[in-house]
Amino acid sequence: MVTRSDLPLRVINSTPEAILKAKKRARRSFRQIRTENVFKRTLSIMGLVIIILVLGILLTLVVQSLPSIKALGLKYLWSKVWDPVQDIYGAWPFLLGTLLSSFLALIISIPFSIAVAIFLGEYHPKGWLPNFLKNTVELIAAVPSVIYGFWGLAVLVPIVRSFESSIGVEPVGVGIFSSSLILAVMIIPYAASLGRSMIHLVPSHLKEAAYGLGATRWEVIRSVVLPYTKSGLFAGILLSLGRALGETMAVTMVIGNTSLIPKSIFAPGNTMASVIANEFTEADKPVYLSALIELGLVLFLVTVVINLIGKKIIDRFTNE
Amino acid sequence: MESTVIKSRNFNASFGSNHVVKNVNIDIPRNHVIAVMGPSGCGKTTYLRCINRMHELIPGASSSGEMKLNDEDVYQMHPIFVRLKIGMVFQRPNPFPNLSIYDNVIAGYKLNGIKLPKAERDRIVEHSLTRVALWNEVKDSLNKKGSFLSGGQQQRLCIARAVAMEPEVLLFDEPTSALDPISTSTVEELFHELKVNYTLIIVTHNMQQAARVSDKTAFFFMGELVEYDDTKIMFTNPKDNRTQNYITGRFS
Ligand SMILES: Nc1ncnc2c1ncn2[C@@H]1O[C@H](COP(=O)(O)OP(=O)(O)O)[C@@H](O)[C@H]1O
Ligand SMILES: [Mg+2]
Repeated sequence: MVTRSDLPLRVINSTPEAILKAKKRARRSFRQIRTENVFKRTLSIMGLVIIILVLGILLTLVVQSLPSIKALGLKYLWSKVWDPVQDIYGAWPFLLGTLLSSFLALIISIPFSIAVAIFLGEYHPKGWLPNFLKNTVELIAAVPSVIYGFWGLAVLVPIVRSFESSIGVEPVGVGIFSSSLILAVMIIPYAASLGRSMIHLVPSHLKEAAYGLGATRWEVIRSVVLPYTKSGLFAGILLSLGRALGETMAVTMVIGNTSLIPKSIFAPGNTMASVIANEFTEADKPVYLSALIELGLVLFLVTVVINLIGKKIIDRFTNE
Repeated sequence: MESTVIKSRNFNASFGSNHVVKNVNIDIPRNHVIAVMGPSGCGKTTYLRCINRMHELIPGASSSGEMKLNDEDVYQMHPIFVRLKIGMVFQRPNPFPNLSIYDNVIAGYKLNGIKLPKAERDRIVEHSLTRVALWNEVKDSLNKKGSFLSGGQQQRLCIARAVAMEPEVLLFDEPTSALDPISTSTVEELFHELKVNYTLIIVTHNMQQAARVSDKTAFFFMGELVEYDDTKIMFTNPKDNRTQNYITGRFS
């Protein structure tokens, strides 16, 4: 209830209609405040739910890994044999497979993503062709990974196989190398689009300083743009790495799925993600299941750390 | 007779369909200080950036007409050579933040991949910094980053960087508008000494500055060069009443 004394002096000394109007306005603003509060509370609850969800996932992973952690200890991580039939569980073949395929993919994709970032960020920020390229690169991230797996099996694996026989290694086709190629394609957009926006952020007065001294485009890129954006480009590469480490479907389809330690980059293998996907449904013993979940826990922690570092670098970069 | 360094005939510049510089004809004599003034948005910066072909770096920008450096058409030369012969100092001091003072001065040589013996580099750095009256202030901290200097020192460092390339013409776009009054007057004093070796074109919207430092003044208004004459005449006896209005402060 709004009483006379709640109203501003100006209103008190005015006509009844004006008082009515002022009361209405006052009521309206009370309602607005209430809606605002409800809205704010809803947002906080939503946010909280997400945090609880992520923590819950972590907790589940930890709890379910406990049997394996208790039974196998830390040496689980570097034991070289994975043989569920004999109840021998060693994660090393999968750690190695993951590291090999991801870093190889990174090495293959970096030249492409940096080239795209420079092309779109510095050479041709506008126009239909750059726009088309930008959308295409972003589309790469949107294609479901099972499609990449398909394409890998149908197109890439035969090519890799004939390449392998031409250089005289056993022509298997499927293996670490094929998965690295697929991964390389899949992770291009992450480093490319982040790199592009970082290159956009380079202050034009710095570039003009160099142009004004007679520098060419390439000299400006090499001496001004790249030094200025190197931490941002690095963060983009880290985010791609995080993506590559965890990619499951496409890798599972082309990596060859063996639990032996890969002898070369052309050998078949398994990554942490692909072995989980492959064996989760057939894990019939509690320790077996728990050992797989522990792999998941390791993967989760590694990717979280890599993403956090990447984000940290980006934050520092964009706040400077 | 004094020789002409920069000569424009019917020079026009646009951003897309926005016609910003209209039919400018001007002759700039060697070893003089030319002030370019006019209300903001009248095309001073754009015209200045056309002289060393920085304008064309902006997507959608275009220009037409004649712009000559010593009777050679600037737009027939390679833009890199144009910018080596016509140096530029910007409104905001822009030393390279990741380079030392020393490396900032010879940045032009580094960028262009010109290798010099150490003694020659040292000589250029000392000479250039002396030219801009900065040598005594920084000679003991040449390896510190250029960004540690004060705004005025940074701007003089940028002038030294341009001077180090031994250009013929130096373009300044409101070189003191980001500086405090004391730094401003040190930079203004430099102009008198620099004109012995170079031709200086200085955009300013500060009329006192134009009057203090320049030999000739060009007045731009809405993209046109309205009047161009000896600075004394411009400020005491302008012929065009737009110039008169501007000088007497009727619009800014
Ligand atoms: N980068 C740009 N892109 C598009 N238009 C511009 C750009 N820079 C300046 N302009 C336009 O050109 C006109 C002249 O600008 P400018 O030459 O900077 O004027 P001044 O230096 O005399 O203040 C202005 O109307 C401005 O809107
Ligand atoms: Mg300007």
